[in-house]
Amino acid sequence: MIAVVLSLVPALVPAAPASAGTAAERPNPADLEAELVCPTCKTTLDQSDAPVARRMKAFIRARIAAGAGEAEIKAELVDQFGPAVLATPPRKGFDLLAWAFPIGGLALGAVVVGLLAWTWSTRREGEAPPDGRPLDPELERRLDEELARFEG
Amino acid sequence: MAGRAKLVGQALAVGLVVALLGLLVWKVVKDESGGAAAQLDAGKKPPAPAFSLERLDRDGTLSLASLRGKGVVLNFWASWCIPCKDEAPLLQKTWVDNQDRGLVVVGIDAQDFRGDARAFVRRFGLTYPIVHDGKGSTLGRYGVTGFPETFFVDRRGRLVGDHIVGGIDAGTNLEKFRTGVELALALAGQAAAATAAPPSQQPQQDLVP
Repeated sequence: MIAVVLSLVPALVPAAPASAGTAAERPNPADLEAELVCPTCKTTLDQSDAPVARRMKAFIRARIAAGAGEAEIKAELVDQFGPAVLATPPRKGFDLLAWAFPIGGLALGAVVVGLLAWTWSTRREGEAPPDGRPLDPELERRLDEELARFEG
Repeated sequence: MAGRAKLVGQALAVGLVVALLGLLVWKVVKDESGGAAAQLDAGKKPPAPAFSLERLDRDGTLSLASLRGKGVVLNFWASWCIPCKDEAPLLQKTWVDNQDRGLVVVGIDAQDFRGDARAFVRRFGLTYPIVHDGKGSTLGRYGVTGFPETFFVDRRGRLVGDHIVGGIDAGTNLEKFRTGVELALALAGQAAAATAAPPSQQPQQDLVP
């Protein structure tokens, strides 16, 4: 029991503030540059050599050196350049649609495929054709004769 | 019943596709509208898009509406832009020389760090109002595609003259700048005269340092 409680302790302890973090907890500049967009050329910072992109890269490195965390640095850049500086839209407000549409679309598609599969699998043998009309007896008799001749 | 459900499903699917197509068309048209600059280049005099932006030279905000009745030079710039450095002295001189005539120069800093912009303002001794367009929303409405770009707003709030792409301090841009300042300052009925007069006959020759 004690072992179980001790194993849960790390998960319950809140994360240390970024300013007190060790080098291992510091954000990687390359990762941040791939998640932030240059406002002039609209590509991610790691793919841009525009003057403002170079300035933003220097800012990221300076803030990391000062102990700032990833979320803090992103928030500061959003404050300077607006939310369009984020490569992925924030999960709130109107931008939430960018996340909701693909996930919702996938879920809706899965439901439709599931319903169709269920409908097809539960259609019993001998059930009337999809148009609901029974087969003409004369046509059925001729069909049986043809099949018997084909198999015989 | 099954047939009706199928019909409803098909109608919903078609509706969704049409809605997404409409969204795409709207976005493409919106992006290619070119903002006020496109209307100006087409020979129109559209109302200058309104803005209310955070000031960098002091606390508070500055709105274009608060400048109604004055001629306004709107200069879009950023501290990392080299032509912006070249033209800064001319903008400052224009502001100093023409305040009494009712001219306001407004620098709209965008795609820039506030700290860098303030350092630029100190370095060049700029005393005219400077605002920060952090989100770049004003850039889009004016159709600004690079830095620097300069617009002229007359006393009634309409864009007048040519919008200047690039530095204002050389070549044909300098003539456009002089004319634009006069058009912005012209009172009703004087605009045509300001347009007709060649730059060499403009009354404010001291605009050029």
